[in-house]
Amino acid sequence: MVLRNILFFLLVCLSLPVQAALDIEITGAGEHQIPISVVAFAGEETLTQKIGSVIANDLKRSGLFRLIDPAGKSPHEMREVVYSEWAEADALAIGSAAVLEDGRVEVKFRLLDTHKQVQLLGQSVVSKGDQVRAIAHKIADMIYEKFTGDAGVFSTRISYINREGKTNRLVVADSDGYGEQSVLTLKQPIMSPAWSPDGSHLAYVTFEQGRAVVYVQSLFTRQRFVLAAFPGSNSAPAWSPDGKQLAIVLTQDGTSSIFLVRPDGTDLRRLTYTDAIDTEPSFSPDGRFLLFASDRGGSVQIYRMSVEGGYAERMTFEGNNNFSPRYSPDGKSFVFMHSTGGQFYIATQDFQTKQIQVLTDVGWEKKPSYAPNGKLILFATESLGRGILATVSSDGRVKQKMIPQQGDIREPMWGPFLK
Amino acid sequence: MKKLSISVSVLLISLLAACASDKPAEVAAAPTTPTEAPAAVAETPKEVAPVAVDELNDPSNILSKRETFFDFDKSVVKAEYKSMLQAHGQYLASHGDRKVAVEGNCDERGSSEYNLALGNRRASAVKKVLVVSGAKAAQVSTVSFGEEKPRDSAHNEAAWSQNRRADISYK
Repeated sequence: MVLRNILFFLLVCLSLPVQAALDIEITGAGEHQIPISVVAFAGEETLTQKIGSVIANDLKRSGLFRLIDPAGKSPHEMREVVYSEWAEADALAIGSAAVLEDGRVEVKFRLLDTHKQVQLLGQSVVSKGDQVRAIAHKIADMIYEKFTGDAGVFSTRISYINREGKTNRLVVADSDGYGEQSVLTLKQPIMSPAWSPDGSHLAYVTFEQGRAVVYVQSLFTRQRFVLAAFPGSNSAPAWSPDGKQLAIVLTQDGTSSIFLVRPDGTDLRRLTYTDAIDTEPSFSPDGRFLLFASDRGGSVQIYRMSVEGGYAERMTFEGNNNFSPRYSPDGKSFVFMHSTGGQFYIATQDFQTKQIQVLTDVGWEKKPSYAPNGKLILFATESLGRGILATVSSDGRVKQKMIPQQGDIREPMWGPFLK
Repeated sequence: MKKLSISVSVLLISLLAACASDKPAEVAAAPTTPTEAPAAVAETPKEVAPVAVDELNDPSNILSKRETFFDFDKSVVKAEYKSMLQAHGQYLASHGDRKVAVEGNCDERGSSEYNLALGNRRASAVKKVLVVSGAKAAQVSTVSFGEEKPRDSAHNEAAWSQNRRADISYK
């Protein structure tokens, strides 16, 4: 199974730069951190990436693991482990990597329970030489899932807009900020990137035609086409979970209204008919409902309606305005931008209890999206006057800032699991 | 200067010619052109075709003003801008061949998508005043840039108030 995923990576990953495009700072810790030690893999010094370090950094970034320094000890195989030396950790990750004659890389790894002295995981992977980071992320995912029961998101990607002066770049990067690739570079603004459910396409909005127009672009072929260029503004694309349609917002009938359209731009159907602003649609995971933001009641609030249209139920009642709703992957809650007292925070609301939980505290946080495991939320914020990205865990405890090397970044969206 | 030296040359050549022969020296008149006349010499002004200052760009004309500013989160056209917009509406009414685009902008607070919609609403509100004042709907197009093209990207009210704006742009 790992091999099949690696083969998919061969299609998706391009050249990997040495430097991360984003610097990451972590604050906060999970309620209970698992102490783990990751030993440098044998032979990793011959590779383009230090596998052990990538795994350790992934686990550390999650906030759920406390990394114990191996302090000079370097076992690479089970028989080399002296368990009494690792009592401070609950688990130990060891392994080896070798470059084969044909240039491919073979990586073997084991995850050991230091107290029970047994193997928890063991894998051997062969892959192309430039896929070393991807393999390390996959191992980190496996360790994360073993201990938390949740799927790891270290192998996922994010999309955002980097703005430097008048140049706007639509970018896709690994969720740790490495592997940044420019998908589109324009002197005109770009906004609202939206990943297709299988991660193969991005929908987005640009102003290159003098007004907001929605494009869809393949991340494989890099080819793109216009999805919606109706009179007026075309914006806010959101994919249905089955990938068979998108919700978009058009002003062709005067005011911002929500429409559905096929991925090839055909079969346009109108869903909202108010004189108000109706925007920012988000599909439920079962594809039956849409959350959206509307000022039909005076202030901007979040509503839910069937994908057939019709009655819209108001969901938010606190604060001044609420924007940018997105369903959680399990459909039980949604994340949104909560405005109160002139400030903007990221909050989640449970559908059943209707309780809201405010997750950020600075007051300039926008454009939230969930990681596909529902445990982390990515959003845009500012630091020292610059646009940066940040993440917060869904319980609010672990926070991370992602600061670009150059320019300002905005409009982030977390991508899906790569199947 | 060039013409002056040519005149001098002509003068010198004439003198030489005069010396070469026994004819009395003829001094060739140095050609004078209006451009050589010293500034101090007053000339009879010639008839000049009157230049019409385009009332659209005449700084003393209300039509040179193109901006409507809005309160936070509002798309209501404030009273202080009505006479300016009425003037543009009337201008468009009497110049049926002219077209304008109204560009709506927002400050950065709120989501970028909501701001795109609000910018559209602001542009539409200005269009309404223009049409009521005489412009034909077909003469006025609207576009929204949301928060994407701020005039001032600082994060304070001074900048934000500049960005909450609809601009009339003559095509």
